[in-house]
Amino acid sequence: MQNVNIQQLQEVATNIRKDIIQAVNAAGSGHPGGSLSAADLLTVLYFHKMNIDPKNPKMENRDRFVLSKGHAAPVLYGALAERGFFPKEELLKLRHMGAMLQGHPDMKNIPGVEMSTGSLGQGFSTTIGMALASKLDKIDNRIYTLLGDGEIQEGLVWEAAMAAGHYKLDNLTAIVDFNGLQIDGRNDDVMTVSPIDKKFESFGWNVITIDGHNMEEIINAFDEAEKTKGKPTVVIAKTIKGKGVSFMEDQAGWHGSAPNDEQTTTALDELGGVK
Amino acid sequence: MTKIATRVAYGEALVELGQKNENVVVLDADLSKSTKTNGFLQEFPNRFFNMGIAEQNLMGTAAGLSTCGKIPFASTFAMFASGRAFEIIRNSICYPKLNVKVCATHAGITVGEDGASHQALEDLACMRALPNMVVLNPADAVSAKKAVFAMAELDGPAYARFGRANVPVIYDEDFVFEIGKGVEVKEGTDATIIGTGILVAEAMEAHETLKAQGINVRVIDMHTIKPIDKDIIIKAAKETGAIITAEEHNIIGGLGSAVAEVLVENSPVPMKRIGVKDTFGESGKPAQLMEKYGLTAAHIVEAVKDIVKNK
Repeated sequence: MQNVNIQQLQEVATNIRKDIIQAVNAAGSGHPGGSLSAADLLTVLYFHKMNIDPKNPKMENRDRFVLSKGHAAPVLYGALAERGFFPKEELLKLRHMGAMLQGHPDMKNIPGVEMSTGSLGQGFSTTIGMALASKLDKIDNRIYTLLGDGEIQEGLVWEAAMAAGHYKLDNLTAIVDFNGLQIDGRNDDVMTVSPIDKKFESFGWNVITIDGHNMEEIINAFDEAEKTKGKPTVVIAKTIKGKGVSFMEDQAGWHGSAPNDEQTTTALDELGGVK
Repeated sequence: MTKIATRVAYGEALVELGQKNENVVVLDADLSKSTKTNGFLQEFPNRFFNMGIAEQNLMGTAAGLSTCGKIPFASTFAMFASGRAFEIIRNSICYPKLNVKVCATHAGITVGEDGASHQALEDLACMRALPNMVVLNPADAVSAKKAVFAMAELDGPAYARFGRANVPVIYDEDFVFEIGKGVEVKEGTDATIIGTGILVAEAMEAHETLKAQGINVRVIDMHTIKPIDKDIIIKAAKETGAIITAEEHNIIGGLGSAVAEVLVENSPVPMKRIGVKDTFGESGKPAQLMEKYGLTAAHIVEAVKDIVKNK
């Protein structure tokens, strides 16, 4: 935790949240709820933890992040733009015809996007290949992936979890954005996925549960994951869907709808206003 | 005539490829003895990943490996590759145009006794519909081996179909396999049979039978279903005036459909399609099933005679 300025990270996270609101508003569609819930997690990855270079997105031996819950593209785009992978103006063209920023991440056209995702479970599965490749080539990098808690209802997630445990992929860290909500309501009402920790544990994972909005806890979890040898680590991050915007918090309805102009102004005010 | 299953050639080709290119990795789903990837496993255990009975994750993992510079050959039975893992192939491999080779064995009705659940008869149609995907269906062991080498040279996704049953070797070792180029294996002017996979051998047999009856049919091996060789189809239509396609696949969506698309847009001529007539198969010996489902040389002969008579 040395040399980490928590306050600065919090400011970055707030900026990313503003990016999310503005981008989704400009698009007129998109997924603000699950983007806002993951803003603190991505902030720590992109501004503290990962070895990456915005000027050289394909840098050899870089750390890699895959957004398996691909619908939360706005948070990834916000983090990449804030980190300097592409101009922030692109955010306001999100989902527009001909724009770089597709509705879900597109690795072919967006600098810094490591895998095209959007169909749930698939991003996680591809990180198994990335982690295996690093092991094969004896590259000392880390692979991160963010999953939704609804996403882990997909069978493919457990195929991937099984393989990561089997191959002892200790260079892999999965993060579950555990906000408790999916499109049709509470996870446990739609399809029970809990206990998540015991499921991962039984597949041979090291499990860490944290408050996904607490910067210190997030940093400590990623540090512990890095030190854990012989098994992959999953960080179960308890979050609030829509975090930071009062009328969006813990509301399933904000999974996939865009704020109108008035709501956008209110949201940005709550986040400290536009600079 | 020597008979070898194309899956055997696939396994041998992988070992040769592994020696030449250290980026080649192989993934399987608990079928390495059947898909013949076990030869690669023995030679290069570090570069072989058994993903267990989990075909979706097999494809996703292959996609991830390819983003790190590996050339993954992802193997399982055609049914599970093209069917169960379809969406992963679509979204994680074809959409980002990743360098993954999906190699599917035990395709078609000649998987035999296992029955309909294991007889992939729609894989070519499914794979053909995916943007960026190259679709190969080699006719014999020589061509299968060369198809594997050609795939490795290609930068992007490819699907190759291999069979379980022993089939005649029709090419000699100096055969040149070029992706996207059909091969005229028999000359003829009265009609053209365009075959793919193991039906090329049947088409060649039909050619001999017809020759004895005074009908000279051209035979083309269309080992690449996509991109299809338009030029060779149009030329055959113009020069022979009638086309018969032959495939061990549902009559809908495979070679016959691909050829028909080219013909109607360029050079319409009378056409007939040999294939499984939009039905599921059943258990049986490969030869019995070929007979029952209308896929033998004799069936091709009948189709040719019919079309020549009415042309």
